Amino acid sequence: MNPIIAAASVIAAALAVGLGAIGPGIGQGNAAGQAVEGIARQPEAEGKIRATLLISLAFMEALTIYGLVVALVLLFANPFS
Amino acid sequence: MVNTWSYLARLAEIEVGEHFYWEIGKYKVHGQVFLVSWFVMAVLIVASLLATRNIKRVPEGMQNFMEFVLEFLRGLARDQIGEKEYRPWVPFIGTLFLFIFVSNWSGALIPWKLIQLPEGELAAPTVDINTTAAFALLTSLAYFYAGISKKGLGYFADYAQPSPIMVPFRVIEDFTRPLSLSFRLFGNILADELAVAVLVLLVPLLIPLPLMVLGLFLSGIQALIFATLAGSYIGEALETHGHGEGEEEHH
Repeated sequence: MNPIIAAASVIAAALAVGLGAIGPGIGQGNAAGQAVEGIARQPEAEGKIRATLLISLAFMEALTIYGLVVALVLLFANPFS
Repeated sequence: MVNTWSYLARLAEIEVGEHFYWEIGKYKVHGQVFLVSWFVMAVLIVASLLATRNIKRVPEGMQNFMEFVLEFLRGLARDQIGEKEYRPWVPFIGTLFLFIFVSNWSGALIPWKLIQLPEGELAAPTVDINTTAAFALLTSLAYFYAGISKKGLGYFADYAQPSPIMVPFRVIEDFTRPLSLSFRLFGNILADELAVAVLVLLVPLLIPLPLMVLGLFLSGIQALIFATLAGSYIGEALETHGHGEGEEEHH
């Protein structure tokens, strides 16, 4: 592989995961905080809140995972090599 | 000593993008995916046969467990599709959930690395994007079938509800749904397996264990999410917007 392409791919992979983690991180923090607040106000709704929280956390996590998929493609199945 | 280490190192090797190809006709297929999915199918079939072979009025053992699983799957479908129409969709959603769940866990729990293939490695079938894409496309087909069989071509008229501006968004959504379904599952499972593999490469003993447990939890959640989303797409396709039967009563 051309060394410039290799270097660019590695940097791009790092950026894809790193930048992609920022948004979902903030979002997951928000969601978890609100869920805790909800449980504190209404402890009897804990089960329902937890189930909803888990599912929505997985949705947010999917965004980072897209970044990870791009990074993995760049590292292991680079289309430009 | 050196031999043991090189053997261990080979066990911890990370192989992405290498496949054990089978040639069928002029097509190349990823053999390792087939082998493990046959294993998963065998596990599911044997478990169901064992559970239903000797049915008792008061369930015990395997039957008890399978009834619990069935209750759970029915609850999942009922929550998403609604009390009235969920019954015919339980097999589809249940099969998706069980297959994805068992293949995720088989990838994490069974030491496939001990079985050497000439090329590539055995892993959970869901680590291959082709498997997850197939599931996602099946889900698309299922919700189109649900909508069209219930409302006929009027299903597509619903795209213009509540206003025609929504049409392009709804059409784009039809394409992004299978894309995000397949990428979510594939990416999550591959990320789990890679994270464990990298840690095993660095520290082979004990340290990767918590991550493996987390991986088990996450892959269970992913199966749940896939089934939930499939259910909610089908439920959305079956939903009536109140302008149908409701309005006719007024006239």
